[in-house]
Amino acid sequence: MKFAIQVNEGPYQHQATDSAYQFAKAALDAGHEIMRVFFYHDGVNNGTNLTTPPQDDRNIVNRWSELGKAHDLDLVVCVAAAQRRGIVDEGEMQRNGKDAQNIADGFRISGLGQLIEAGIQSERLVVFGD
Amino acid sequence: MSETIKKFMYLNRRAPYGTIYAWESLEVVLIGAAFDQDVSLAFIGDGVYQLLEGQDTSESGMKNFSTTYKALGDYDVTKLYVEKESLEERGLTLDDLMPLTWEDEDDDWAEKDSIRLVSRDELADVLDDQDIVYSF
Repeated sequence: MKFAIQVNEGPYQHQATDSAYQFAKAALDAGHEIMRVFFYHDGVNNGTNLTTPPQDDRNIVNRWSELGKAHDLDLVVCVAAAQRRGIVDEGEMQRNGKDAQNIADGFRISGLGQLIEAGIQSERLVVFGD
Repeated sequence: MSETIKKFMYLNRRAPYGTIYAWESLEVVLIGAAFDQDVSLAFIGDGVYQLLEGQDTSESGMKNFSTTYKALGDYDVTKLYVEKESLEERGLTLDDLMPLTWEDEDDDWAEKDSIRLVSRDELADVLDDQDIVYSF
């Protein structure tokens, strides 16, 4: 099965991203394909490399980066939602005259068209959030 | 843009203000309109408040985006399902909602209502018929 995943909530505040991660991992382990993970709303905060959770807790951002690297996942952060919430990559930094970037490894910033395309191209779109 | 045409449903469950879900849902709808899919919106629960006529955010400082719903017809987004029970549970009727219309080019640009009042059971069938449900 070809899945797409939408994550609508940020890390730690909400368990949605944990559930999405567990789902993605289980699906991949079972031999399914994840064609894209799209981070929207506060979900874009899953893509910042500035988080420093306590040592005894899971590192949600790194966990996505590692899963992405292991399975060549397309981890997409919505640009419009990211601009509002301060998730910045090299291109956004230059375009908007910022002096820093914070996009985590394996994530990329792109448009909402990527979410629509995921809906069209996947066999199932699974939304995680409230 | 794509040869595949799917039935896309945007399910709106939340009040327009208080959280950003409603507004960012509309942003997806507007972008998605360029993809020539078979698009519907549904409004259930507090989501029906999104279509309320006479929204005034002047004292809360929130961005009033309610006029955007009136532009949906121009984006060929013409099917807005509103759940009857959700309206009733909130003491609302169709008359409390914005009159939303679209112009049918296949019918001499006749102005038609975009809002379709449906029962909970009917909406369940509509949802069952979709390929994709984006839930906001």
